[in-house]
Amino acid sequence: MNRRAAILLAALGVALAALPGFANAYVLSVATLILFLAYTGQAWNVMMGFAGQLSLGHSLYVGVGAYAAAGLFFHFGIGPWAGVWLAIALCAAFGAAIGFLAFRFGISGVYFALLTIAFAEFTRIGFDHLDWTGGPGGLFIKVAQRDQIDLANFRGPPAMYYYAMLALAAGAFALCAVLLRSRAGYYWQAIRENEEAAQALGINTFRWKMAAVLLSSAMTAVSGVFFAFYYNNLFPEQIFNISRSIEIILGPIIGGVGTLFGPILGAAVLTILADLITELLAALGWEIPGIKQVFYGIVLLVVIMFLPHGIWPALARKLGVGK
Amino acid sequence: MPIDLVANVVLSGVLTGLVYGLMALGLSVIFGVVRVVNFAHGEMMTIAMYATVVLFAAFKLDPFVAMVPVAAAFFVFGYALQAAVINPFITRPEHSQFMLVLAIAIIMVNGLLMAFGPDARNLQVDYQLESFALGPILVDKARLYAAFTALAVSAGLFAFFKFARIGKAIRACADNYLGARVVGLDVKRYYAFTFGLGSACVAVAGCMMILLVDVTPALGPAYTLLAFVIVIVGGLGSMGGALLGGVLIGVSEAMAGLFITPSAKSMFSFGLLILVLLFRPQGLLGKKA
Repeated sequence: MNRRAAILLAALGVALAALPGFANAYVLSVATLILFLAYTGQAWNVMMGFAGQLSLGHSLYVGVGAYAAAGLFFHFGIGPWAGVWLAIALCAAFGAAIGFLAFRFGISGVYFALLTIAFAEFTRIGFDHLDWTGGPGGLFIKVAQRDQIDLANFRGPPAMYYYAMLALAAGAFALCAVLLRSRAGYYWQAIRENEEAAQALGINTFRWKMAAVLLSSAMTAVSGVFFAFYYNNLFPEQIFNISRSIEIILGPIIGGVGTLFGPILGAAVLTILADLITELLAALGWEIPGIKQVFYGIVLLVVIMFLPHGIWPALARKLGVGK
Repeated sequence: MPIDLVANVVLSGVLTGLVYGLMALGLSVIFGVVRVVNFAHGEMMTIAMYATVVLFAAFKLDPFVAMVPVAAAFFVFGYALQAAVINPFITRPEHSQFMLVLAIAIIMVNGLLMAFGPDARNLQVDYQLESFALGPILVDKARLYAAFTALAVSAGLFAFFKFARIGKAIRACADNYLGARVVGLDVKRYYAFTFGLGSACVAVAGCMMILLVDVTPALGPAYTLLAFVIVIVGGLGSMGGALLGGVLIGVSEAMAGLFITPSAKSMFSFGLLILVLLFRPQGLLGKKA
């Protein structure tokens, strides 16, 4: 990282840390959503961007993580600090099962992506018929008291959630930055670029691909726990939906797959874009259902067609900072 | 459970499955040749269904007549889409292609939502309520006609790829991209032609499907997933496999609806998909990669 990048990063960190001081509730909620997507996108990026394994079913880990922690809290009053470990363990187990089956049987590329969708959909329908979590009617946990902070149960004002998400996003960023320059990071990139060559060099590709899936699913579990305690309601139809998986991966892909800043930039650009489109259409009085997503789709199409590597690599060149 | 009820359900599952099979055939042909996964396939299916509803409302056009102009329009659309948008992406990584087609799918679903709203649409023709009696088994006329049409179109497509010059050229492009270019084939044009053919298949399937179910914009993504399940189970790129997969899924959905609960029906499809991916990743009729 060069000096310019370090200064920009520090400035961004200070701005984000100071944000709740002057932002109103709306801006804060948008910022929290951006950080949520940035963190989850970063987790997905470990699997796809670093190790080259395309997962289109990351909603599975968000959903399982969310339901694990929320279920413990709802039924037994066990707070998320304990629940998060169950969430991580369950998601890692799901990730291990998918990874083990896929990699042992030599499934890759499109087939691997479809396998991840199949597992997410299978689990979604399973939760629809699971009474312990309320089935399709949803699971609700008591809405937070906004004026007092109850850290033990992770209930409190919006700023608390914002800082929690900021800490998670920053932690994930730092972790990925370290990983990319570690032995694991180089192994993953070798596997991503050419798996056979990596294997020929003596890299145990099965083990390192498993490591990427485990880390990615465990990280995503935490964002599921956050989701449960931030939004307070969970429906299988929403949380396991393939559109949530897509929402997760749009940020890193638009921002730049395999880059450190891509997931953050992509999440910010897409969330702000969606809000701008909403505001613009409201101002014009064109409030037809679906029109917002049509514009969103068109912008997506244009970005993908003209910036195939994402926004960040192009922007990084302009800013004069490294990858 | 009475045996004739089960027989009725199985038969109706087979007939619906053939229409599913035709839909999946379109996906399979496109993937088998162009190697791009069409994540907008189900959305194209719903567009065809809406087109049939509109043609019926405006001109009293029977779906079996409407399928000709709808399929023709879809061929042109598919050809143009491949030529203008997807061809530049065929050498890009899979996730990039995925996002491209996904953006198109998002525009399609929500375009339909804008045009028709979220409510279910259907059309009513008199033969939908009639049926043939084969002893204790009743066969819906509409379902039977739809299944026959699906079979006929599939047979036509088989013949096209087997005997027609263009069909053979397309198979050459699929077998060996470089070789096809060496012998002077305009590969990108054949890709566009293939995408057009796949689109026409899904258009006919859509015209048939509207006789059997109501359409909403939200059906699009569900059909995309269903088409994937079918082609993977049958074997991506295998044409017979797509039809076989369609029938299997059609029957398993019908049986799950009968014996367990209708809401669990797609769990069986996805379970079947997971099993096939693990134990026979090339699909039931697919060739070993």
